Amino acid sequence: MLRHAAERIALALPVLLGVVLVGFLLMQVVPTDPAIVRAGPNATIDIVEAIRRDLGLDQPLHVQFGLYMWRLVQGDLGVSIINNVPVSQELGATIGPTLELMFAALIWSIPLGIGMGTLSAYLRGSWLDRLIMAISVGGVSVPVFFVGLLLIWFVGFQWQWLPFTGRQGPLWTLQGLRGVALPAITLGGVFIGPVARMTRTAVLEVLSADHVRTARAKGLTETAVVLHHALRNALIPVVTLIGLQIGFLLGGAVVTETVFSWPGVGRLAVGAITSSDFPMAQGTIIVLSGGFIIVNLIVDLLYGVLDPRVRGA
Amino acid sequence: MSLLQVENLRTVFDTRQGAVVAVDGVDLSLAAGRTLAVVGESGCGKSALALSLMRLLAHPGRVAGGRVLLEDEDLLALSPAKMRARRGSRVAMVFQEPMTSLNPVHTVGAQIMEAMRAHDRSLSKSDLRDAAISALARVRIPSPERRFDDHPHRLSGGMRQRVMIAMALACQPRLLIADEPTTALDVTVQAQILDLLRDIQAETGMGLLLITHDLGVVAETADEVAVMYAGRVVERASATDLFADPQHPYTIGLLGSIPRMDLETPRLPTIEGSVPPPFAWPPGCRFAPRCAFADAACEVAPPPLAMLAPGHEVACIYAPVDA
Ligand SMILES: Nc1ncnc2c1ncn2[C@@H]1O[C@H](COP(=O)(O)OP(=O)(O)OP(=O)(O)O)[C@@H](O)[C@H]1O
Ligand SMILES: [Mg+2]
Repeated sequence: MLRHAAERIALALPVLLGVVLVGFLLMQVVPTDPAIVRAGPNATIDIVEAIRRDLGLDQPLHVQFGLYMWRLVQGDLGVSIINNVPVSQELGATIGPTLELMFAALIWSIPLGIGMGTLSAYLRGSWLDRLIMAISVGGVSVPVFFVGLLLIWFVGFQWQWLPFTGRQGPLWTLQGLRGVALPAITLGGVFIGPVARMTRTAVLEVLSADHVRTARAKGLTETAVVLHHALRNALIPVVTLIGLQIGFLLGGAVVTETVFSWPGVGRLAVGAITSSDFPMAQGTIIVLSGGFIIVNLIVDLLYGVLDPRVRGA
Repeated sequence: MSLLQVENLRTVFDTRQGAVVAVDGVDLSLAAGRTLAVVGESGCGKSALALSLMRLLAHPGRVAGGRVLLEDEDLLALSPAKMRARRGSRVAMVFQEPMTSLNPVHTVGAQIMEAMRAHDRSLSKSDLRDAAISALARVRIPSPERRFDDHPHRLSGGMRQRVMIAMALACQPRLLIADEPTTALDVTVQAQILDLLRDIQAETGMGLLLITHDLGVVAETADEVAVMYAGRVVERASATDLFADPQHPYTIGLLGSIPRMDLETPRLPTIEGSVPPPFAWPPGCRFAPRCAFADAACEVAPPPLAMLAPGHEVACIYAPVDA
């Protein structure tokens, strides 16, 4: 099990390296010149040139990348070219809120999605099944920002039920909970549909398995059959599929944070990219893709917990 | 009095091409403590019959008519909740595929305990554990305390089938339906499992409905035999009578196809052709197209079972044949 985890981490490293390289190259393609950004609108050519030299931008590309990597392995992500704040410091301050938002979004949406999907499978063919699936498909087709804007407009602005700008405090305070409510509903809401549909398919698949027939032959109630056999086994593919959807969720987080001015990595990334703050943008890309890799690792380990056949191997 | 009495059972599958009749008017009867073997080639409707008795047919299958009397109670007339309560406690079933019939994510012990708890909520956790371990011991699984915590994938096919039997017998059912319980196992294991079933039956006096396509198994275990062909029973007799004096041409053909070990070069005489699928059944005797004795009279209507001697019934217009 531990060896398995170590292997997965080792496999993830080249992926991360690739991400850094692609991020670096993307920054080169963008037509803005970081030196000019840094120098400001009134700088002379000489000052811009000096800054360019200072940032190492006069060097050939491979030297620049080598230098960047060399600092990176030492834990140095550079400083913002906008305000000179170390990138790692900004990331450190924004990772917490992003994790908080993710947690608040997933803690209700995954159980609800799994519950809806299971109910749908249990009542397959009924009007409730059709209703749940219609809602799920509808939920997938609505863009995240649209859900966010609707919630802001009605719940936040018109009815004034909940705050909708920024983080209000830590999650364990009432203020903090109220503050995270709308972003978490937005981000979690778009996740329910896919989870419900995946769960329904997986549960239906298991329901036709031989061992479910055995469970019925024992005289178990249909509820016990569905929960204890079909759902329990269906969790194996469902967890995998949820893991695969995490990229989708990270994208949603970037949008949600921007819409709700949530002080997280996603909003930092958008800000850095729009202001051509290259080191900062690069840092957020590393953190977001690192998060993606970590989630997949967790899914992999969960797989072992859920499936005894994997555990034994 | 018989333990199980099946009367005119009909099972159909509602497919897109129309209703497929898999079991067409089957009558069976089985006394407590006895073994009734249902034999027939693949596709003749044996599994459909067994699942109909348990009311476990999966969509699109359904029982279209008849009665299934278990100790004089018609299972087909019970509410779903009452039928659920009978499954496992009064009538239990062992399936053909030991590799897939156990849930891979639960331990063997948990699956047996679950079967017992489904019918007796008052049992404590430690009672359940003890009972499950003795159920494993009863089917002669070595070191049952250790196997209790194993997941099915750690057990061999034969061991899994023993677990299936332990689970089926956990609540002392009056009737055990075993659908080809040994087909997936190798010969030695097969013999052990059949021995086990026989011993347990002697101990508990339960009735055993044994489904098989293997006449060797029938000879070894059955008291009574029903030979099925294309959804119908074509011959019913005690095992002794059936082997000594088979009457239906299909039975005669089947008996001819048992491999003879005592012959120098084992010949395998088989019946030409195969069981026609339900939509291709001829209007008359369904065996007629493969039958050496068939003539125009056989193509009129499916012959009903007719009594030849007490306890020996045949569905053939030319029976009895003179030896
Ligand atoms: N889901 C289904 N849909 C349509 N027809 C079916 C279905 N399941 C079974 N049948 C039909 O019912 C008939 C009987 O099938 P059944 O599985 O009972 O045969 P069997 O005697 O158990 O065969 P085997 O020895 O291979 O297990 C088959 O001819 C098949 O065409
Ligand atoms: Mg079968």
